[in-house]
Amino acid sequence: MTETRPLQMIDAGVIGGTEQEPRLIGSECAVCGTVTFPRQQSCPRCTSEDVHERELATRGTLWSWTVQCFAPKAPPYLPGGVEEFEPYGVGYIELPGEVRVEARLTESDPERLRIGMPMALTLIPVPGAGDTLTFAFEPVTEEEA
Amino acid sequence: MSGEDVAVVGLGIHQFGRHDGVTGLEMGAIAARRALASAGITWQDIDFAAGGSDAAGNADTSVSMLGLTGVPFINVKNGCATGGTALTTAHAMLVSGAAEVALVVGFDKHPRGAFNPLPQEWGIGSWYGETGLMLTTQFFALKIQRYMADYGITPSTLAKVASKAFANGALNENAWRRSPLGEEQILSSRMVNHPLTQYMFCSPGEGAVALVLARGLRIKDLTRTPVYLRSVAFRTRRFGSFEVFSPSIPIESAPSATTEAAALAFEEAGIEPGDIDIAQIQDTESGAEVMHLAETGLCEHGEQESLIQSGATELGGRLPINTDGGCLACGEPIGASGLRQVHEIALQLRGEAGDRQVPRECRVGFTQVYGAPGVSACTVLTV
Repeated sequence: MTETRPLQMIDAGVIGGTEQEPRLIGSECAVCGTVTFPRQQSCPRCTSEDVHERELATRGTLWSWTVQCFAPKAPPYLPGGVEEFEPYGVGYIELPGEVRVEARLTESDPERLRIGMPMALTLIPVPGAGDTLTFAFEPVTEEEA
Repeated sequence: MSGEDVAVVGLGIHQFGRHDGVTGLEMGAIAARRALASAGITWQDIDFAAGGSDAAGNADTSVSMLGLTGVPFINVKNGCATGGTALTTAHAMLVSGAAEVALVVGFDKHPRGAFNPLPQEWGIGSWYGETGLMLTTQFFALKIQRYMADYGITPSTLAKVASKAFANGALNENAWRRSPLGEEQILSSRMVNHPLTQYMFCSPGEGAVALVLARGLRIKDLTRTPVYLRSVAFRTRRFGSFEVFSPSIPIESAPSATTEAAALAFEEAGIEPGDIDIAQIQDTESGAEVMHLAETGLCEHGEQESLIQSGATELGGRLPINTDGGCLACGEPIGASGLRQVHEIALQLRGEAGDRQVPRECRVGFTQVYGAPGVSACTVLTV
């Protein structure tokens, strides 16, 4: 009855999976096992070009965080994003055994952010870009993690 | 000293700050003329030049103002490490014997507000900027936030770094911010990126610095007070270091570009970090000065808390840092900052720093400049 509408990810080379179950697309070096995000054509650690795509884990822990308290300039932000600006959290999330990924956080209250807390991948609207989605991480409880 | 020595023999600076109606290139030419005059020579005596700006034009076009002498002039562009790169280039030409007297110049002129680099120019997709991650301020905040947790650095120490910078800037006629600010004022100013407040950040600004360098026998012809450039080392990042504009960082960690450049600078100079009397350290924000102090080897990781709280890095302390006010008080004209550091060390080692002269004899100085996306240049200077 209803068609699944095509996903509008901000960059299909960066976010895969589905709207319900998104995955970040990284790469893994066949020689030394190094995982990168986003995917690369060669390995930054050993320089091998024998690198293949890898979907990254969707859960990890907060390695560091800050709150972006002023609106970024457009470009590189979108003009609409500047207009609707509210402070937002930013952090690096350590995906165990893989890599630490930089991302927006759904939480922007500094009192509710702490290093080591469990986080899960989610999608949020691109600020100022309607239906387009970008990735973010949200805090989850220890049980959910 | 041997025939292969390289020394700073002329110093020129155009005041940092805001200068409506003067282009970056013009500021560069003014600084160059001052450096030439202080060495008692003219532009016609220069047989090699290197210089750069990030946003104010091609340095080599300043020949149209300085004179069309046919001099080889290399433009450099390496983010905030541009000045250090110009110095590296000129040093190599002098050491090789390809030039006898060289000029390096760095200048810039940035619009108000934070920098807005484009991801595409840094090898990253536009999604990174549109998502709201392409900000240098975020990187510095994320790096110091983790560092504070790992090494027990307090917000008070971040504020002390800034209050020291403004106290030193108040004594520097070429600084931009010349009003002292207390620790409380700094801590209670507007939050920019947790844990860093407004007055813990430098602001993009304007200014220019030029240096005349000479080698071997020419040194003593040009000055009675040479400051020897004992080494200059320049490095890009290794796999595992945490640098600006990184959509991801490896879990495996490695020394930063600064750690590697500093170690090489000390090794080449045959001088230990413990021998340094005075240093200029990249202080894009308070946290950068704290972290770079340890990355350069000037102290241990975590030692900064007691070092800074004790006043050791103030003008009268054991290891004065950023005696001209650093980026925090001088502002950040990207192309000029690395050479400003060397300019200040040279003034201090010559005992010509006026109101902000360190009140004890300094013979060995060090500089470190850091830029996106993970480049660092360090120097060791002696008299």
